[in-house]
Amino acid sequence: MASAISFEGVTRQFGTVRAVDSLDLEIAEGEFFALLGPSGSGKTTSLRLVAGFERPSAGRVRIFGQDAGATPPYRRPVNTVFQDYALFPHLNVRDNVAFGLRVAGKPRPERYRAAEAALEMVKLPGYADRKPSELSGGQRQRVALARALVNQPKVLLLDEPLGALDLKLREQMQEELKSLQRSLGITFVFVTHDQGEALSMADRVAVFNEGRIQQVGTPVEVYDSPATPFVADFVGSSNVLPSSIVARLTGHRHPASLRPERIRLAEAGLAATVTGASFLGAATRLFVEAEGARMSVLLPKGALVPDTGSEVRLDWDADALHVMTGAQDG
Amino acid sequence: MSLPMRLSDALWRRPRVLLLLLLVPPLLWLGIVYLGSLFALLAQSFFSIDEFSGLINYEFTLRTYGELFRAANLDIILRTLVIAAAVTIAAAVIAFPIAFYAARYARGRWKALFYLGIMLPLWSSYLVKVYAWKLILAREGILNWLLETLHLDWLLAAYLSLPVLGGNSLSVSWTGTFLVFLYVWLPFMILPIQAALERIPPSMLEAAGDLGADRGQTLRYVILPLALPGIVAGSIFTFSLTLGDYIIPQIIGTSARMIGQAVYQFQGTAGNIPLAAAFAVVPIVIMGIYLTVARRLGAFDAL
Repeated sequence: MASAISFEGVTRQFGTVRAVDSLDLEIAEGEFFALLGPSGSGKTTSLRLVAGFERPSAGRVRIFGQDAGATPPYRRPVNTVFQDYALFPHLNVRDNVAFGLRVAGKPRPERYRAAEAALEMVKLPGYADRKPSELSGGQRQRVALARALVNQPKVLLLDEPLGALDLKLREQMQEELKSLQRSLGITFVFVTHDQGEALSMADRVAVFNEGRIQQVGTPVEVYDSPATPFVADFVGSSNVLPSSIVARLTGHRHPASLRPERIRLAEAGLAATVTGASFLGAATRLFVEAEGARMSVLLPKGALVPDTGSEVRLDWDADALHVMTGAQDG
Repeated sequence: MSLPMRLSDALWRRPRVLLLLLLVPPLLWLGIVYLGSLFALLAQSFFSIDEFSGLINYEFTLRTYGELFRAANLDIILRTLVIAAAVTIAAAVIAFPIAFYAARYARGRWKALFYLGIMLPLWSSYLVKVYAWKLILAREGILNWLLETLHLDWLLAAYLSLPVLGGNSLSVSWTGTFLVFLYVWLPFMILPIQAALERIPPSMLEAAGDLGADRGQTLRYVILPLALPGIVAGSIFTFSLTLGDYIIPQIIGTSARMIGQAVYQFQGTAGNIPLAAAFAVVPIVIMGIYLTVARRLGAFDAL
């Protein structure tokens, strides 16, 4: 498939800080792509490089093969849903949504029809006459989405689109965004620090840390086979076993990732001491220490929770231990 | 427990008392001193003067207001209105880019420098500044000398030969009056516009660009509407200050009077307090009309 966005050795420097450091990345047409990472990892700067709000200090950003270096934001075939929504406070919902068509010189009846249709699409009909200040956070989010989509962009950029919503609404919007992307068939690139969100929505995920990509892959690949200790820890907070233990268990001199939910308490296995437990509702997280390495174990509902300070044995299936041979930066 | 602490506790328990204590002094000031003097002024304007004795006739009449519509007086009002409007428009045009730079680009030391540059002229006496301008604009003044040195004095001469705008020298022309008004009131236009622009989040401008608006469209459809309350606030200052001022046109400009000078002369040498009061009501009425129109046009919608 053709690539919608490609980064070719892109660096964006702010003073001495490299917010994005020689980034290479291809995002395919029609993909739902997530840029995942902690704050300050360069994911938002990468998105802004595509939108045109930032210009690369070095390297090239291509949009559908075209070098976008000299193209101002208002000429790029991409639209953005901003983290703070950035709705125009002096315009009502209809004029907010129709803004892109207004500056494109479309006549009023046409742009209002398109705005109504876009509001219909984001399930917000009947709100056209309200001001943004009269809407809830979730409704503003939908207006921002409609305002971007009404321009029929080839790529939709979403900057932490669900960050300001409460949990219930977030889960609902995740569903809706996913089905919207499927029905429109356009490329969605979204930035998030929430690994759950990235895993549940995206076709592919790029995990960022300190301006560099740690791993690019499908959610399953990133979760099951993290390339670096950073990815293992950041995505689903895995246990990272130090190479000393891994060497004894497998012979490989690399750290390994071991998901908490794959570990069982057993009669035989790695000896560990229980240091604490926290009740999560659907499960209990047990904190243990084995040979100086802190680990967590997810006990299913109903399992016996050993007392703090007691000795336990940890066991797991052979394929649960994933040896990480990737670069260890971060 | 100490007295201030006990007082603080007592006030915490009775928030209304605290509010009352905070509000009473300003309300007394506003009610008695401020509005009181305004009503005294209004009352005066409904009296009239006896033309023969020169004594004030304390009976309600609209005759004094009628006098405002005599050709000579109407001239003063229209002249003042035109100057005030010209000063306001020019101030807005000059202030906007300065305010925009200060709000969007200036950081740290440059921002401090901006505030210093705007406020510094306000620290010196207004009279000194006006006389300084007289020195600049006078026939033997700095500007004339500069143009002569550059062999451009013919340019000034050509300008001064224009009707209405020109005169014997800039310091006795309407252009001079206009320039000095513009200089003296400019900070009052810059600061509110800057405050309004400061409140526009950067993402708003990015959003406009993202949706396809070029620089001009972003200015027209997003920045100007959002800055409008600031522009209106600034124009209230420049407009009303120009409407009421009598010192600047006294020192710089032609012998034709503005409203402020008329008030000054009618209450002083002419002893016609009712007519002075009626003149003083004119700027209040004009500002009232101006604000109503601005409101109707939606100038405060973005507030």
